[in-house]
Amino acid sequence: MSDLTAEGGHGAVPTGPDVPVTPAAAAVRRDWPLWEVFVRGKRGLNHVHVGSLHAPDPEMAVYAARDLYTRRNEGVSIWVVRSADVTASSPDEKDPLFAPSGDKVYRHPTFYEIPDDVPHI
Amino acid sequence: MSIDSPPAPAGPAADGLAAQALQRQFEETLAADHRIEPRDWMPDGYRKTLVRQIAQHAHSEIIGMQPEGDWLLSAPSLRRKAILLAKVQDEAGHGLYLYSAAETLGADRADLTDKLIEGRQKYSSIFSYPTRSYADVGVIGWLVDGAAICNQVPLCRSSYGPYARAMIRICKEESFHQRQGYELLLTMMRGTPEQQAMVQDAVDRWWWPSLMMFGPPDADSPNSAQSMAWGIKRHSNDELRQRYVDMTVPQAEFLGVTLPDPELSLDPATGRHRFGAIDWDEFRRVLAGGGPRSAERIARRRAARDDNAWVVEAATAYADKHASEPRS
Repeated sequence: MSDLTAEGGHGAVPTGPDVPVTPAAAAVRRDWPLWEVFVRGKRGLNHVHVGSLHAPDPEMAVYAARDLYTRRNEGVSIWVVRSADVTASSPDEKDPLFAPSGDKVYRHPTFYEIPDDVPHI
Repeated sequence: MSIDSPPAPAGPAADGLAAQALQRQFEETLAADHRIEPRDWMPDGYRKTLVRQIAQHAHSEIIGMQPEGDWLLSAPSLRRKAILLAKVQDEAGHGLYLYSAAETLGADRADLTDKLIEGRQKYSSIFSYPTRSYADVGVIGWLVDGAAICNQVPLCRSSYGPYARAMIRICKEESFHQRQGYELLLTMMRGTPEQQAMVQDAVDRWWWPSLMMFGPPDADSPNSAQSMAWGIKRHSNDELRQRYVDMTVPQAEFLGVTLPDPELSLDPATGRHRFGAIDWDEFRRVLAGGGPRSAERIARRRAARDDNAWVVEAATAYADKHASEPRS
């Protein structure tokens, strides 16, 4: 029997190569599309990504998100977005994409030296 | 590039130097104790080990709804019923957070469910045991969820970001699970001799299976070192089990129950508890599907998938029909 790790949560689970991981295409086609869920924790805060879920349409996705991610008053507002509609920067492109801000230390207040005895600054 | 596409493998196009650079970047991220995120390059073994671990953790949560769910219609009071309903609903939620984390690795929920039903992926052995009385609900909360907390708290620091974030949510909710169970048992232990006997009987049946939850001894886990190096595994199976025993013994004393192990004793030199030998043959038999309720658990999961397939199809058809309409 393959390795069994206690990190299976509610009990040890096997993690050896005999446990298959590659998805079968037929099953993938059967399920509802995936949605990314964003929750505003309370007034005054931004919506924050909390996870994803499967739902047939936007309305059902909002209801499912309420049941899944706000069972204990974690939110006052929910956004759902089809995962397929999200465009992401890739970490592989990290350098070229974020390089322009890397050498501009003068954009930060700490770049400027002000004598300690100047008030209110 | 969509975020639900699986992480790009290095592929044949990447030359040896580029592959080495990716590997080095991955290792540096781990060494700095930073998190690996879905779009990062990661070794194939890391991804597969995570899918196996997270998927089967998710399966355990989903199957874990059944033993306690059996008591929903027989709860002794409306208060207990509301608590149990909330708890079982949480288990569904935990399963879904985890499937969501597995999907960031290129897995697919419907496919993982199929693999569970076909027996190609497993769920925790603990949920193949029957719940014989309402005291079992309390003992599952106390012992089984207590053991789960020992396993799961270190996972909040897992190197894989989506998994660690799911575990933080789960651990917060598990605390409610354990406390409601212990409170239920305290209430029963203040009750009639029959109620006290029910608690002791449930403890006798669940104690050893709860120790098995931590998996075989470290000597039988040859690949643990790799998972440790990857930051997927933080403590050894034996270490976690010992921590659980040391935490649980004083709770059993407070409750006034006897843990069914004549060899259980405090080692004054180390301050830790010695305990008897665990029946690993039973563990392997149950994990392989030979537990008292194994067949029933999977049959019910299969029925839930197949009997409700028409709902999935109908909702999809409805969504397709209305997709072209302007939204109000």
